[in-house]
Amino acid sequence: MGQITLKQVTKSFGDVQVIPPLDLTIEDGEFTVFVGPSGCGKSTLLRLIAGLEDITTGHIEIDGKDATDLVPAKRGLAMVFQSYALYPHMSVRKNIAFPLKMAKMAPAEIEKRIANAAAVLNLTDYLDRRPGQLSGGQRQRVAIGRAIVREPAAFLFDEPLSNLDAALRVGMRLEISELHTRLKTTMIYVTHDQVEAMTMADKIVVLRAGHIEQVGSPLELYHRPRNEFVAGFIGSPKMNIFGGSEAQKYGGTKAGIRPEHIDVSMTEGTWNGKVGVAEHLGSDTFIHVHDTGLADMVTVRITGDISVRHGDTIYLTPQLDQMHRFDAQGLRIA
Amino acid sequence: MATKASRSAARLMMAPAVVLLLGWMLVPLIMTLWFSFRTYLPLRGGDLGWTGFDNYVRFVSSSAFWPAVQTTLVLVLGVLVITVCLGILLAILLDQPMWGQGIVRILVIAPFFVMPTVSALVWKNMFMDPVNGLFAHLWRFFGADPVSWLSDAAMPSIILIVSWQWLPFATLILLTAIQSLDSEQLEAAEMDGAPALKRFFYIILPHLSRAITIVILIQTIFLLAVFAEIFVTTGGAFGTRTLSYLIFQRVLESQNVGLGSAGGVYAIILANIVAIFLMRIVGKNLDN
Repeated sequence: MGQITLKQVTKSFGDVQVIPPLDLTIEDGEFTVFVGPSGCGKSTLLRLIAGLEDITTGHIEIDGKDATDLVPAKRGLAMVFQSYALYPHMSVRKNIAFPLKMAKMAPAEIEKRIANAAAVLNLTDYLDRRPGQLSGGQRQRVAIGRAIVREPAAFLFDEPLSNLDAALRVGMRLEISELHTRLKTTMIYVTHDQVEAMTMADKIVVLRAGHIEQVGSPLELYHRPRNEFVAGFIGSPKMNIFGGSEAQKYGGTKAGIRPEHIDVSMTEGTWNGKVGVAEHLGSDTFIHVHDTGLADMVTVRITGDISVRHGDTIYLTPQLDQMHRFDAQGLRIA
Repeated sequence: MATKASRSAARLMMAPAVVLLLGWMLVPLIMTLWFSFRTYLPLRGGDLGWTGFDNYVRFVSSSAFWPAVQTTLVLVLGVLVITVCLGILLAILLDQPMWGQGIVRILVIAPFFVMPTVSALVWKNMFMDPVNGLFAHLWRFFGADPVSWLSDAAMPSIILIVSWQWLPFATLILLTAIQSLDSEQLEAAEMDGAPALKRFFYIILPHLSRAITIVILIQTIFLLAVFAEIFVTTGGAFGTRTLSYLIFQRVLESQNVGLGSAGGVYAIILANIVAIFLMRIVGKNLDN
C-alpha cells in the first residue's frame, strides 16, 4: 500500500511562500515524476512528503492516515538522495542493514533481506566493500538497496541520476523502471530532466514556482499540454511557440508546433527561412531555421538525414492537426 | 618552480630559514645529549667529566621518577578526555544556526590566544584563591567553606586550567570536521529510523574519528611539555610534578645539569614514541 494525498499543503521559508496551497493524490503503485525547472519547489515538495521539512499549513495523508506530524522514520517511506548519502565508514552490507538494525529486526531476517536486495541489484560481490571503493552506478544501487530492504510504502527519489554520466544514466533509468514493474511499489521521482520524466513516469506532475501546472500521463502532456509553459517544457527539442498575426491565423493569441510536426521542403511551403545550425544525429536531423517571421528561431526535426547548408532557404509546412493554440493567459484553446 | 634555475634559486632562498631552524633544533639537542653523559654540577665544581650512563640510571631509579610519570599520564589523559568530550559537544552546539554565531565562535576560540603563564595566573589569583577568588566567594555565598584549590585539589585544578586552554583548539578542529559532514547523510539516517542519539553515534562520531585522532596527536605532544601552568601555580608541589617539571627541578633546583639532561633525553624518546604511534593511527585513518 502506498497512497499519498496532499491536501492544501503550503510551505513558507520565513516570508517567502515556496509552495502555495497544493492538492495532489498519488495512487498506490504509481510511478509519479515531479518535473520542473530549477527552483520550482519539486525537491521541497518531496522533502515535505518525506517529513524532512515541516509543512506550514495543510495535511499529508499516507494510506488514508494523517501523517502531517509524523517523524520521517514513522512514515514508512524510503528516500534515495541525489548524493546517495551512503555512510562512508560502513561496508555496503552495513549500509543496507542500517535501517533494519534501527528497526531492531532479527539478525537472521536482516541477512535474508540483504541477500535478496543484493541479488536484485547485482551487489552480492560488493557487500564487504566501502562506498568509497564503488563506482557511481554501484553507489546508486547501494542507495536503492538501502531503500528497498525496508519494504516501504513508497520510494522517494531526489534527482538520483544527476551525478551519473550520460551512458550510465540511461542504464540506471531502465533499472529503476524495471524495479518498479517488479516491486509495484509507489514511487515518487524528482527530476529536472524531462526525458527522464517522459520515459519513466506513469504520471507526470509539472511544477512551476510551487504551482502544479499539469498532472497527467506522459503522452497526455505531450499531445494536450494544458498551457504554454507545459507545452514548452515537455518535448525535446522544445516546441516552437510564436505569437502575432501568424498565430491569429490559426485561431489563438499564441500558437505552437513541435519540431517533429513540421514538414520540410526546399521548394515550397507555408513559411520560409534561412538555415542556421543543422545538428546531425544520424537517426534525426535538427535544423534551426532563422528569419521565418515567427520566432527568433524555429527548430525542425527531420527523420534521417538531409543535406542543407548554412544560409540555404528552406520551406516549412506545419501539420495543422498537430498545432497547439493558446489564449492571452497562455491556456490551451480546445 | 619548473625550470632548473628557478628550483636552485628557491633552494638558495630557503637555505637561511632551513639552516636557522635546523640549528635552533640541533644545537640544544646535541648539547642535551652531551651533558647527559657528563657529571655537570654548576655550583659544585662545574663540569666533572664523563660518567657514562650513570645519569640515565640515576634519573630512572630516583624515587620521584615513577610518580612523575604517573602525574604526566594523569595530566595528559585528563586533559584529553575533557577537551575531546567537551570539544565535540561544543562543536555540535556551535554548528547549530543561532543568533550572534560569529561573535560566539570568536569568544570560544579566545582562551587559545592567552599565554599559558597569564592564564594560569588568572586562574590562580582570580578564581582559585581561597580568600579572594571567585570560587571562594561562590562557596561562601552558599555557606560552604572555601576550598584551597591549588593545595587540596592541585591535580584537578591544573587539569582544569590546561583543559580550559586547549578546549578551543579541540573545538575548532572538531567544528570544521562537523561542518564537512554531508547533511544528506544525517537526513538519510533520519529516514532510516535513527533517532538523534543514534545519529550521533553511528554517523557523526565516525565522521569525526579522524579529526579526534588529530586533536589527540597534537595535544599529546604539547601536553607532555606543560610547564608554565605548574610553575606559576603549585611549583610542582602537592603531587603535580610531571616529567618535564622534574627535569626542570633537576637542572635548576638541584643544579645537576647532567641528571636533568638525561631526563630530557628520556622525554624526547617518550614524545617520539607517542608521535610515531599516533601518526600511524592517523595514517591508517587517512587510508580509509
